[in-house]
Amino acid sequence: MIFIRRLPPFDYVAPKTLKEAGSVLVKHKDEASLMAGGTDLMPKMKKREVVPKYLVSLKNIPGLAYIKEDKEGIKIGPMTTIHDVEVSSVIAKKVPILRDTSYVFASAQIRNLATVVGNLCSSAPSADMASPLLALGAVLSISGSKKARTIPLNEFFTGPFTNCLELGELVSEIQIPSQAPRTGGVYIKHTIRNAMDHALVGVAVVITVDKNNICNDVKIALGACAPTPVRATAAEDILKGNKLSEATIEKAAKTAVKASKPRSDPEYKKEMVQVLTGRALKRAIQLAK
Amino acid sequence: MKQLMNLKVNNIAHQVEIDTRRTLLEVLREHIGLMGTKKGCDEGDCGACTVLLDGKPVNSCLVLAVEAQGKAITTIEGLSVNGKLDPIQVAFVENGAFQCGFCTPGIVMAAKGLLNEKPHPTEDEAKRAIAGNLCRCTGYLRFVEGIIKASQVGG
Repeated sequence: MIFIRRLPPFDYVAPKTLKEAGSVLVKHKDEASLMAGGTDLMPKMKKREVVPKYLVSLKNIPGLAYIKEDKEGIKIGPMTTIHDVEVSSVIAKKVPILRDTSYVFASAQIRNLATVVGNLCSSAPSADMASPLLALGAVLSISGSKKARTIPLNEFFTGPFTNCLELGELVSEIQIPSQAPRTGGVYIKHTIRNAMDHALVGVAVVITVDKNNICNDVKIALGACAPTPVRATAAEDILKGNKLSEATIEKAAKTAVKASKPRSDPEYKKEMVQVLTGRALKRAIQLAK
Repeated sequence: MKQLMNLKVNNIAHQVEIDTRRTLLEVLREHIGLMGTKKGCDEGDCGACTVLLDGKPVNSCLVLAVEAQGKAITTIEGLSVNGKLDPIQVAFVENGAFQCGFCTPGIVMAAKGLLNEKPHPTEDEAKRAIAGNLCRCTGYLRFVEGIIKASQVGG
């Protein structure tokens, strides 16, 4: 039985920069936990699943909650909340799939606290922001106490609830490359209830369609269907460079199932991947036009 | 570890010396004495602890009191002005929206957060705004109606 208790005692640490935060993490190793929005960590602490001696909060570092647009694309800061994404005019104009994803993310109360980066770092296979960002070709900037590096989101997740961040590292920015004209994006979150559920199956599609109905580019990402959020690259290859038709879409949807390796309910999830990939492709193609 | 904290609740400044592990919910109820905000699930799922931080609804059970400093905190007690009820409160009373009342402060605050951002929401937006609030008694219908009614009053 899981009990929710009051928080355990901890030393509250408030670094003033991301570099300082990284140094604190290195100093205290596995006795320190990083906290951004707190919507994942606080319940874990109350259930005693995580009991850090040092709680390192990012909330006291100014200027980390931003959504910026430049000629390369869109940059999202580490403390940008889901609500920030929900109401951003830049997001709505350039990558509305993320605004639509925020609509199905938990609740209004959670969205005002939870961060996009935090959702990725939870590295849950069902993380709502993961599959849409994979489908957008997002890249992460990693910094902290070690040398700064960038990594495609595709290579970030290493297993259920695990990622490639090393001790002292944290994600300092999400970079979304500029999307081509005539691009449409859709995220379908298949859930039992209408709100507040983790995705049972998540499918994100971003597709670029030219005037002759040829698919110039496509990315399909699946959530909650494998040990990590994954791209369905075989399905993408069926579509890329080819004319879109009912038949090719169906074939791609069937092929997307190959990318799934569900950790639970495999028959159901595989069937849903096929159905929802087909649906997402059709809707995304409509939006692209 | 204890720390001196400055919390501005319903426009009143409070200075309290509190352990940094106390959540905003705990401090509101147990140190400041404002019992309107309720502890339901204590893990951010039920919404009974909803308060506004700078006008935006949050689960106060997931906010460390130390991190609520420097923000305007509004609880259910702070909604009525000089004894005059907020239009949301009036609409909920007139519409018979609540039964036992335990969920209600949270739903009122979630609704207030919505109307702060969208003064004239659609029914779908009203439903979405309280999607993070559980009610065991009512079936939610009259809360949604009440929000739409309150938005028509110009509240």
